[in-house]
Amino acid sequence: MNILRKKSRANLPFSETAIELFIRLCGISSILFVFGIFFFVFREGAGFLFSGLDVKEFLTSVEWQPTSLNNKRYGAFALIVGTFSVTILAMCLAVPFGLGAAIFVSEFCSPKLRETFKIIIELLAAIPSVVWGFIGLTLMNQLIIVVFKAPIGLTMLNGGIMLALMSVPIIVSIAEDALKAVPDSYREAAEALGATRWQVVYRVLLPAAKNGLLAAVLLGAARSIGETMAVLMATGHSVNIPSGPLSWIRTLTATIAAELGEVARGDEHYQVLFIIGILLFTITFIVNLIADLVIKGIRQES
Amino acid sequence: MFTETPISRQKQRTENIVRILLLVVTSLMILPLLLIIGYLLYKALPVLSLEFLFTNPKDNMRAGGLWAPFLGTIYLVVVSLLVSAPIGVLAAVYLNEYARENWFTRITNLAVVNLAGVPSIVHALFGVGAFVLFAGLGESILAASLTLAIMTLPVIIASTTEALKAVPMSFREACWNLGATRWQTIRRIVLPNSISGILTGVILQVSRAAGETAPIMFTGAVFYKSIAEGDLFAYNITEQCMALSLHLFTISTQVPDVTEGIPYGTAIVLVATVLLVNAASIALRVYLRTRKKW
Repeated sequence: MNILRKKSRANLPFSETAIELFIRLCGISSILFVFGIFFFVFREGAGFLFSGLDVKEFLTSVEWQPTSLNNKRYGAFALIVGTFSVTILAMCLAVPFGLGAAIFVSEFCSPKLRETFKIIIELLAAIPSVVWGFIGLTLMNQLIIVVFKAPIGLTMLNGGIMLALMSVPIIVSIAEDALKAVPDSYREAAEALGATRWQVVYRVLLPAAKNGLLAAVLLGAARSIGETMAVLMATGHSVNIPSGPLSWIRTLTATIAAELGEVARGDEHYQVLFIIGILLFTITFIVNLIADLVIKGIRQES
Repeated sequence: MFTETPISRQKQRTENIVRILLLVVTSLMILPLLLIIGYLLYKALPVLSLEFLFTNPKDNMRAGGLWAPFLGTIYLVVVSLLVSAPIGVLAAVYLNEYARENWFTRITNLAVVNLAGVPSIVHALFGVGAFVLFAGLGESILAASLTLAIMTLPVIIASTTEALKAVPMSFREACWNLGATRWQTIRRIVLPNSISGILTGVILQVSRAAGETAPIMFTGAVFYKSIAEGDLFAYNITEQCMALSLHLFTISTQVPDVTEGIPYGTAIVLVATVLLVNAASIALRVYLRTRKKW
């Protein structure tokens, strides 16, 4: 067998070997790109990160004054708080809806209705983030002013609602996969004991699929953390530690988007924006990694 | 034999309440979709016409149409597609047909997942660092498209993998037994039988690339550029272009006194483009499922 295999390998025409090599190269391209992203973003920001930037101030100070003439300050704490507070708010809104919809679509729906809902959710996911931002800027802005009697509607609440709408589709699709992965024998066993559908969901499926549901929430949160245009347009974009849902905030992503166009290549401010990029890359990388490990964990168990 | 007890009636009531509650929650997903499209259409109605699509923005972008941004978006999408489609399809071929189950394949899969999870603005920074500066492409359609291509690669890889998995193993085995090499099998059997499935992923990539703003902002899309109306070859891929998504951002936040209706018109053109392309992909997928041969 071994000899046969070797022989056939040796007989391969050159073109076949070349094509195989090319396919392998494309196959590992994702690894190259992920490293490439880290390398090139790091490269632009590294100079200032290792000499000049006060990392402790960067992570803990709320003074973000990169354009000040005599007192430049690079404290990103308010931006970090802004990113996480709007993400948490978005998750508070999106998780109940996302998981509820996933449970309904996977357990309570007729197949035809399921297809319809899945298509709608897919279309919802396709709306570009700049359009969400525009909706936040116009429709949601006026709504918040009317409903909450706020002076201006471009707030953390506005951004949170937009992010929730953007991350719900991800949560639904991954949570639905997780519920589907629970073997049917579990459902049948519970139903044979006289459980109603809801009891099956509540007592059997949710505990059995909890890792997958956790991964769904994590990936939804990762999407919110990395979202740029919607939060740039809808949250008021002012450096501020929020005191409630109606405060203005500014996020890490929006800061890069708003300021990168105005800085000269190589100066401190430019490099700090790339350092924020490294921070964002690291955060989302870790969240994605955890979600992946959680999902892989279930697969190995079953 | 069985008599109804109060407990089972209460169980039934809970069951019904939960069912209705979940139905309401799920139906609420339709609401924003309809609301957004309806609201944008209503506000955009005064400006919508074919002329709106085929004239340039004028008067410092306060009036006029969408020709330059619309054509720019087409350029960006087509060039990014030319890059990401072959790489993405072949990457999926590698992962599905060549890769063995080992730690390296797991890392590769993890890289695909992580590539999909990288924030769009970080892709923009990467595009600036790698294509605009390091590769010396400058801010150009080429640099922006390459950034978009890498960003949308996971979309193509994911759907191609699904399409390849749907080809039965016995097809491949039959082909190998006739003495075909791996590549011959892929080229003659696997790809022809999965081409429509691959196509759905490619269409999906188009919809994703057309809507992105952040990755192209600093790599090649520009606030304003004047081009000849009606000329499909008005842009040069080594130069900058306008784009629909960035144009919407610009006229809704940076330009004062834009004619009422134009930002809404821009938004509805962008949404319509993306949703139509997406719907085409879904329709193709549903059609394929109904006439599956094996």
